[in-house]
Amino acid sequence: MTVSQDAAVQETITPDGRTIGGVLMEMRNITLRFGGVVAIEDISFDIRQGEIRAIIGPNGAGKSSMLNVINGFYHPQDGEVWYKGAIRGPMRPHQIAAQGIARTFQNIALFHGMSTLDNIMTGRLTHMKTGMLSQSVWFGRAQREETENRAFAERIIDFLEIQSIRKTPVGRLPYGLQKRVELGRALAAEPSLLLLDEPMAGMNVEEKEDMSRFILDVNDEFGTTIALIEHDMGVVMDLADRVVVMDYGRKIGDGSPEEVRNNKAVIDAYLGVSSD
Amino acid sequence: MVSSPDRPLDTIPRLVAHHAQNRPDSAAFREKEFGIWQSWSWRQTASEIDALALGFLDIGVNAGDHIAIIGRNRPYLYWAMVAAQSVGAIPVPLYQDAVAEEMAYVIEHCSARFIVAQDQEQVDKIIDVKEELSGVEQIIFLDPRGMRKYERALLTEYSVLQAQGRENEAKLRPELDKRLAAQSGADTCAMLYTSGTTGRPKGVVLSNDNIIMTSKASCSFDGLRADDSVLAYLPMAWVGDFIFSVGQASWSGFCVACPESSDTMQHDLREIGPTYFFAPPRYFEGVLTSVMIRMEDAGDLKRVMFKHFMEFARTVGPDILDGKPVGLGKRLKYALGNLLVYGPLKNSLGLSRVRVGYTAGEAIGPEIFDFYRSLGINLKQLYGQTEASVFITQQPDGQVRSDTVGVASPGVELKIADNGEVFYRSPGTFVEYYKNPESTKSTKDTEGWVATGDAGFIEKDTGHLRIIDRAKDVGKMKDGSLFAPKYVENKLKFFPNILETVVFGDGRDSCMAMINIDLQAVGNWAERNNIAYSSYQELAAHVDVYATIQQHVEDVNASLAADEMLAGCQVSRFLVLHKELDADDGELTRTRKVRRSVIEDKYKDLIDALYGGKTEIYTETEVTYEDGSKGSIAATLEIRDVRRVAREEKAA
Repeated sequence: MTVSQDAAVQETITPDGRTIGGVLMEMRNITLRFGGVVAIEDISFDIRQGEIRAIIGPNGAGKSSMLNVINGFYHPQDGEVWYKGAIRGPMRPHQIAAQGIARTFQNIALFHGMSTLDNIMTGRLTHMKTGMLSQSVWFGRAQREETENRAFAERIIDFLEIQSIRKTPVGRLPYGLQKRVELGRALAAEPSLLLLDEPMAGMNVEEKEDMSRFILDVNDEFGTTIALIEHDMGVVMDLADRVVVMDYGRKIGDGSPEEVRNNKAVIDAYLGVSSD
Repeated sequence: MVSSPDRPLDTIPRLVAHHAQNRPDSAAFREKEFGIWQSWSWRQTASEIDALALGFLDIGVNAGDHIAIIGRNRPYLYWAMVAAQSVGAIPVPLYQDAVAEEMAYVIEHCSARFIVAQDQEQVDKIIDVKEELSGVEQIIFLDPRGMRKYERALLTEYSVLQAQGRENEAKLRPELDKRLAAQSGADTCAMLYTSGTTGRPKGVVLSNDNIIMTSKASCSFDGLRADDSVLAYLPMAWVGDFIFSVGQASWSGFCVACPESSDTMQHDLREIGPTYFFAPPRYFEGVLTSVMIRMEDAGDLKRVMFKHFMEFARTVGPDILDGKPVGLGKRLKYALGNLLVYGPLKNSLGLSRVRVGYTAGEAIGPEIFDFYRSLGINLKQLYGQTEASVFITQQPDGQVRSDTVGVASPGVELKIADNGEVFYRSPGTFVEYYKNPESTKSTKDTEGWVATGDAGFIEKDTGHLRIIDRAKDVGKMKDGSLFAPKYVENKLKFFPNILETVVFGDGRDSCMAMINIDLQAVGNWAERNNIAYSSYQELAAHVDVYATIQQHVEDVNASLAADEMLAGCQVSRFLVLHKELDADDGELTRTRKVRRSVIEDKYKDLIDALYGGKTEIYTETEVTYEDGSKGSIAATLEIRDVRRVAREEKAA
């Protein structure tokens, strides 16, 4: 299966009534090597505006590396990354932060001693323009800015239903809630592309259901484009509009959950090759 | 809203209009949202209600329609009730945690054409049972989140409906004025479904007169004023919340504050610091337990100080509260205690400003009751039910005791039947059970006396009412002595380690008990004593837990033996249940009252084993999870014998 290189994709309406727009990001023949190890080999796919795009694959398939290429943390040796209609070169950390891609991490990376609210406020940092000095006096523009950003953080707290832990240090929260706070911090950045690295890992069924609902609601309410890596096939098939399947650094499938489910290569990779 | 001053204040919309005119800028409602307390003045409240009422007219609500209202306590939903009343419709608040089938029954029973639902969760439930609901035309929802993709034909957003109403105001205004003017005190104010300890819920029809006369009387009884405040956190479908947050608030004009979410209630309580507060005994028990646990973990100095001053407070605190004479030295020491312990504790519980506090619904343990009284919190008891618009009896200031429920409320007459059942007659007495004349007739006689279903007696010297038990549960043991299970159960439940218990013995020769331990209290004790456990079931079966519970049961037996009438109810044998009794399994009502017959049926094997003299029993029990799926848990339960205190022994 090959991805159409034609960027002029028409707007489409999904069966559940959401609008999927044009291409937001496109990976063209990406290859990423660490010394002699090839982590990603000649992969191409695109992410369209407003969709939920999943990347799945067995352990070591190169999913997390792919996510790091998407957000610009890694720069591939070969291939082109097209983002918002322009080719993207190597970036410095502050440029990465400023491009409007937010992410959550597989092993939660929150500030444990800080409260839920403060953690979410850190997600607003890229939207704060006043300097450290005026912020420390907290006067005029700095005060206004803080108020505006706090209001935004509160909307997220309301959205994720975490009012009761607003002032609780996140280190004291159970795992499932920490994941939710991390999602909150990523949302606080008002990303145009949200990357979720195994958002359901280590969760029980109820927490998974909650998280799935939040992911769908984020996509639905804010129209945020989401790319997620996930192990749990069931979850992916329910959530995603389109799925990329990776194995040993290569792409072995791409398409709707239905297409992917019936793809022979995918079945082989996940369930093993039958002997007959 | 237009209201001429010569019109009597005999409906809720008229009371709201009255406040909007007389205190337009004082706060009527508050709600914490986005981390900040938002407030609405009486004028704003009246205008919000007005817009919604016009909206209701716009979608064709007729006078006499029922409008179901489902959700947690939010100002918008209270407005929906008053807006419904404004157009002559009858608000029917439902329990928000009811499962879809329970909801379907009520909605179908009152043939509601319109439903106001808070959020997606409630809307989903209604859509799930849509097939069974022939009459529902529109669902008005408050929070649009998650419903972007829903079929819109059936759904209207709350704010859109208000806008629609305002837009068509010119056309609708005369009709609204006409309907407002046509109402009287005899019209129905609301219909509240009883939680149904037995059988299907019944719709209790309460008139404007019922609600307003009761609110008026109870406000003057406790001196409630416009500058009081309450936190509305108990289910909107419960008559108490309706009286406090709609009836009394509209009568006296005080402010109703709604918490941010159910999880933040404790925190919001502290921020609001209400002056008028109601909570079931369970709440006070839970708070006391958590205070005690926290004190156990506190530093030595704090612990010693807490212990010392609390012991002191128990001796003088209630007297100071009741205004009885107390020596100057003791008063000074109490003031010091207030500075060091009571004040900070009350503040952290959010009860610093409480002037009038009530508890009701179940008996409250004397220890628990005294704890709050000794802190200087004016906690009192009342006795009431939906059919009475809450108030039957209540305790006047200065006459507060844990074992009575007080004197007859203003305007209420009491009488005790031969079998001990309590009857009352009052201005708050309900009109009827909706579509159920037989039940109405069997509950309320032609002279207006209502059977409470509770057995009790009036103390000769004080005039206070004491409730023993449900009248139908009061039975006879084989030897003819009185059997009052609730009385025994309550005595057992006063121990913090026991959360719930069911006692059997009607028509038998001895009493047996099934017990649920309190996981929080016992779990904390286990942690302290290095007892490892992984589940409720494992902890409940622990030999040391059994020993503790046995001690509690024996203590109860000793105290029962002291009472001539109830000495026969001493517990002979008990077991600790392997699962917590749960409303989802139908074992408790939604207000967490034990459904005796269901339990008797479901745990028949255990009861047989208790009476069969076995020392252990293997059992399997079906459980329902929150999502409705079913599973089962199996366990082997130990059964223990308990020492009974013989009557002769007491006589000797």
